[in-house]
Amino acid sequence: MRRWPAWAWVAFLASIPLWVRNQYYLHVLINTGIFAVAAMSLNLLLGYTGQLSLGHVAFFGIGAYTSALVSLGFDLQLAAGYTFVFEPRPVWLGFLAGVAVAGLFGWLIGKLSFRVRGAYFVIVTVSFAEVVKLVALNWVDLTEGPMALNNIPPVTLSLPGLGELTFWKKEPNYYLVLAVCLLSYAVIRRLVQSRAGRAFIALRENEALAESVGVDVTRFLVLAAVISAAIAGAAGGLYAHYIKIVDPDIFLFIYTVVMVIMVVTGGKGTLLGPVVGAVIFGILPEILREVARPEVQWIIYGFIMILIVFFLPEGIVPAAASWRKARAASASPLGAAGERA
Amino acid sequence: MSAPAAVLAVEGVEVRFGGLVALSDLSFIVREGEVASLIGPNGAGKTTAFNVITGFLRPAKGAVRYRESLLNGLRPSQVAERGVVRTFQKTSVFGGIPVFENVLIGLHRRGRAKSWEILLALPRVRQEEKRLREEAMELLSFAGLAHRREEPGAALPYGEQRLLEVAVAMAADPSLLLLDEPVSGMNPSETAGFMKMVEKIRGRGITILLVEHDMRMVMGVSDRVVVLNQGRIIAEGPPAEIQRDPDVIRAYLGQGAKRAGG
Repeated sequence: MRRWPAWAWVAFLASIPLWVRNQYYLHVLINTGIFAVAAMSLNLLLGYTGQLSLGHVAFFGIGAYTSALVSLGFDLQLAAGYTFVFEPRPVWLGFLAGVAVAGLFGWLIGKLSFRVRGAYFVIVTVSFAEVVKLVALNWVDLTEGPMALNNIPPVTLSLPGLGELTFWKKEPNYYLVLAVCLLSYAVIRRLVQSRAGRAFIALRENEALAESVGVDVTRFLVLAAVISAAIAGAAGGLYAHYIKIVDPDIFLFIYTVVMVIMVVTGGKGTLLGPVVGAVIFGILPEILREVARPEVQWIIYGFIMILIVFFLPEGIVPAAASWRKARAASASPLGAAGERA
Repeated sequence: MSAPAAVLAVEGVEVRFGGLVALSDLSFIVREGEVASLIGPNGAGKTTAFNVITGFLRPAKGAVRYRESLLNGLRPSQVAERGVVRTFQKTSVFGGIPVFENVLIGLHRRGRAKSWEILLALPRVRQEEKRLREEAMELLSFAGLAHRREEPGAALPYGEQRLLEVAVAMAADPSLLLLDEPVSGMNPSETAGFMKMVEKIRGRGITILLVEHDMRMVMGVSDRVVVLNQGRIIAEGPPAEIQRDPDVIRAYLGQGAKRAGG
């Protein structure tokens, strides 16, 4: 079926910094990778459980803020005369804290959304994102509000024998993002191809029937929300230590919309869909910037999006799969007679 | 003459939708290993009774007991945990995914893998997955759907979707299976096939409670028939008795009827 085996793709992606020397291109690829992780996490909820989280950027932002704050340190005046001082911790610890805190909020949203489905789930998640944004904007003691968290340290690895390696350059950041991408992909793949993943799909396909055969739908929705939020938090952590500045604009609604576009055009409920969507809509604006005038760039962008949704409503990955299946069926004389859905 | 013990007991159940009394003081039992049918004209409250038993509706009054446990207040998934599994009046399958996957979801209860075990890909998770797939294939053969396993649930013809529903319910390992109008809309030969399947299910030691309008099916497979009209039970007994019961004939055909066929 697949023309390239998985390891060949990984080898290709790993080789990119060896022949792409242009730093700006690498920057675009790193951003694309971060968005791919975020889109994969959204797909777990939207594509598998069928619940549209329109506040998904909140988990991304929580991961970014938590990771930045833990690695920068902060102090909070909790009561008159008492100030809580948090010393800066290593970046890897901040990153893990970001994943954990985002996951915790995912759990909270999952619990809150007990029996809340469809439009109501959308409202819960949108409101959640707005509340988190207001907190980031107004709790100046902690988040610096609109002044932003600056000078966030980049990822540092201490390798035995080699000393400290700090990720100032694009190349190590590229590999870091690639590693998180592959890890997220592996986690989601394992999950959706298991008993738990079938429970997610059961919720999407027919909740009443799922309940009636003993699937505790709420429990599995919470599980999906936790893992989805944690992965989005990881994407946020990558972003914070790569861009090195985090402000409340990270919670802009448009980022959630971009993630949704990536998932839907790539193919929701497929493993590769969000990655394909992220690559297309991560790189497309950069290509358009070079070939079109600023005022037409976004018009073309929107037009391409509409074309994809119009002609491939299932998304690119499912369309490619059925096209390949059709071609395989017509290529072999036996397959041509076989049934085709 | 000791009749088998009652496994399901519906005791004084009352359900109201606003001011409308859908069920008033409904009581009946189902015995171990039997095929019991709940019949009655449209709107008599049969599906409402199913919804109460399986946790989709909470009764205003009364209790539902299954073996030792009280089912009131449990969620449908918890009722299924206790071995009570239903099908739906309106055909209900996982339409967008292959038939094989439909049955795999039904097998949820037979899997034990925890989320963290899945994430670590422990060997026992893989073994369990293999076992579940074999069981799914076995169930598909049982329902005569093995040749359809790759097709999406929604792509099956109507009669086969109804068989798939039963296969999914059977996958959940019921000890009591509730079938809500399983043969409605089937042609006579499909119905005959379904009746054979009910016998096979019963052969596996599963108790069955059936709601059905097709009287040939009801009279053909049931050990006992409970007749419901306007939320109350008006008759109860073996099929042959029920067919002659004047109250039942009146409920189905009205006052003026002189003759009533099966």
